[in-house]
Amino acid sequence: MAVTIEAEAPEAKKATAHHPVARIALIGNPNSGKTSLFNQLTGLNQKVGNFPGVTVDKKTGVSQLTPQLKAQIIDLPGSYSLYPKSLDERVIIDLLYDPALNNRPDLVIVTADASNLKRNLLLFTQLADLRIPAVLALNMMDVAEAEGVKIDIEVLQRDLGVPVIPMNARKGIGIAALKILISQQLAATEVSFFEVPARLRPMVDGIKERFSLNNDYLALHYAHQYKHLRFLSEDDKVWMAQLLETQGFKSTTEQANETIARYVRINEVLLDVVRVDKAKEEEKFSNKLDQILTHRVYGYLIFMGLLFLVFQAVFAWASYPMDLIDEGIAALNTLIQENFNGPLINLLTEGVIAGLGGVLIFIPQIAILFAFIAILEETGYMARVTFMMDKIMRKFGLNGKSVVPLISGVACAVPAVMSARTIENWKDRMITIFVTPLMSCSARIPVYTVLIALVVPEVYYLGFMNLQGIVLMGLYLLGFLSAILSALLLKVLLKARERSYFIMEFPVYRMPRWKNVGLTIFEKSRTFVLEAGKIIVAVSIILWVLASYGPGDSFERAEERAVAEAEVKGLSDVQTDNLISSYQLESSYAGRFGHAIEPAIRPLGYDWKIGIALLTSFAAREVFVGTISTIYSIGEEENVTTIKDKLMSEKDADGNPFFTPARAFSLLIFYAFAMQCISTLAIVRRETKSWMWPLAQLVYMTGLAYVSAFAVFQLMS
Amino acid sequence: MQYRGTACILQLFINSLNKRREIVHNRVQESQQQKSVRDLKIGESGEISSLNDPEMALKLLEMGCIPGAEVKLNSKAPFGDPVTIIVNDYTLSLRLDEAETILLK
Repeated sequence: MAVTIEAEAPEAKKATAHHPVARIALIGNPNSGKTSLFNQLTGLNQKVGNFPGVTVDKKTGVSQLTPQLKAQIIDLPGSYSLYPKSLDERVIIDLLYDPALNNRPDLVIVTADASNLKRNLLLFTQLADLRIPAVLALNMMDVAEAEGVKIDIEVLQRDLGVPVIPMNARKGIGIAALKILISQQLAATEVSFFEVPARLRPMVDGIKERFSLNNDYLALHYAHQYKHLRFLSEDDKVWMAQLLETQGFKSTTEQANETIARYVRINEVLLDVVRVDKAKEEEKFSNKLDQILTHRVYGYLIFMGLLFLVFQAVFAWASYPMDLIDEGIAALNTLIQENFNGPLINLLTEGVIAGLGGVLIFIPQIAILFAFIAILEETGYMARVTFMMDKIMRKFGLNGKSVVPLISGVACAVPAVMSARTIENWKDRMITIFVTPLMSCSARIPVYTVLIALVVPEVYYLGFMNLQGIVLMGLYLLGFLSAILSALLLKVLLKARERSYFIMEFPVYRMPRWKNVGLTIFEKSRTFVLEAGKIIVAVSIILWVLASYGPGDSFERAEERAVAEAEVKGLSDVQTDNLISSYQLESSYAGRFGHAIEPAIRPLGYDWKIGIALLTSFAAREVFVGTISTIYSIGEEENVTTIKDKLMSEKDADGNPFFTPARAFSLLIFYAFAMQCISTLAIVRRETKSWMWPLAQLVYMTGLAYVSAFAVFQLMS
Repeated sequence: MQYRGTACILQLFINSLNKRREIVHNRVQESQQQKSVRDLKIGESGEISSLNDPEMALKLLEMGCIPGAEVKLNSKAPFGDPVTIIVNDYTLSLRLDEAETILLK
């Protein structure tokens, strides 16, 4: 982020010399079309960074206001007021109040839904009383008109004391007028919407003096929010606590009184401004649709049908681009290996490029999943899903909003954990993040496929029900059940920090805005590649080193041994090469690790070879298949049937098949539960801002996997 | 000694039971005294008189549930909870125990 600001600094200074408007913040209620407006103003000139110290995404972009003038636009999280109720919303007060922060906005654009002006103006009046220069972007004029809401812009402008631009951000109407307006120098309104009550006067004056503020309302906000203002020192906070104590300041009561007073004032303003002519057609339509979509039978059936469609898309449609990526990476590696040689080339191909491939391969699934989630959210259907699921989820310590992360977890836990941010309640959010990795993610599929093919016969029931398919579905169900039951356990163990609530706007159904859907897909894929990618690549390289080098001359000796054995058996060149890599892997550091942990995993039915696979699976679970191929000297040909035949012919010490159903199911269960994903651990660390959570996940999930796999192996053999 | 310990725990248990009954009793009394959004039937409206849970009230007030405003119970989720209400011409969804804190005239 620092780089961005430096790069733009000269430009910003130039702009400041002529016009003071260089940094513009977008602020408004959720669902007021803020994101559409941001996209319209900036196009693809967007950057996602972090607000300092918190994990909230900070979206900034550059907008060309006039041919000569650019402005930096900051998109702030949607909020109903300046009293934050969630972590996301706290970013707003940090940005607006911190006197030291040099990127405080010069102007705020307040977006308001014209069809719901009353509630949208609450936030505006608070900003106005802070005397921050503002423009009111009256969005969704088309919706308001369709609902018969007529707004007198002239009178509204006069009463609010700021320019008001009617617009329809989805279609780009009003953008040009807004750009011209904000390219000019704008002053703050002089209209007051709320006077600090006389009984609070001494306190407010005291705060103004200590922090040399000149705004009453800002001083009042210091009193309400000093605990969360990160720029206040400990001394300041102690001083503040004492002052509030002596003045008998009751934050909750004062906030409630203020909100009521503001609504009274807004009602006065709107009396002359808004006229409603006819009943709401759209709401009637929404209500009719809801009678079906949230029906106690059809509602769930439709939801299940949609889920089925999403899974179908994520697994069936995504396989084509995934195969392309896979082949592309393989072709690139072959090309490099044919033309160059040496250990560095091996590191590049088998370490770096293979690791990159492991990241890129997930993009199709993540893109398709987030396309669906974005569409469902845009249309307003997701709000209905959380509404229908809330009561059930609450029984397990979750929240209606946990549904999205849990569903996303089936594709990949990394974006799923990120999507838990919409849950305001700390406890609900932590539980959701904790249990999401138990959902069977797509990286487990290759492992499941190989092991199921190995021990489950391809039998059909009733002509269409494939036994292998049923076992696969059973594993998904197992993942879901373990997630739900673990949530229940955490519900008892964790103490709530604040009350859980579900008060939220229930949007009317709307057509999705495709531009927003496209940008969501782009952004999520990028975040995944950047956040998870660097760790997967790093771990891949480390594991490659562990698997490619051994102590002393063990590698040469392994090769000699393999060549000697190949001569005795009369193997072909390819078979000899495979035997060499197999013996070399055994004598590598990774192989030694496998031997070292063998005593610990023998009760689960595993030997040192599987031990190596368990270690390499930490980069990503699907690496299991590749490792198993190398170790059983199957070679590069990663074809399920070849792997299956080879594994089936593997014998134990007594000459019986090694992969018995007991061993295979023990492995399946282990992979279903174990936390073998460094990327997920990293993202959980980032999202919870503590090492405690990822460590707890690692211990809990791996422990659960160990115990369950042990039980399965002992019971089945 | 052991006997006294058991008696003490038993006493604590009875106390907590009594306290619980008291809370339930108070709640019943309160709801008998005043109607809340929870008591509305689907399609029925009422005027907000007050909000009886200070913490929840802040969120509800911001969302436009101010004393004097009209609320209409719009729909209920399949298992009866949460519900949606219409206030200030827009739809809000909330849980039953949240709806209970919105008292009506």
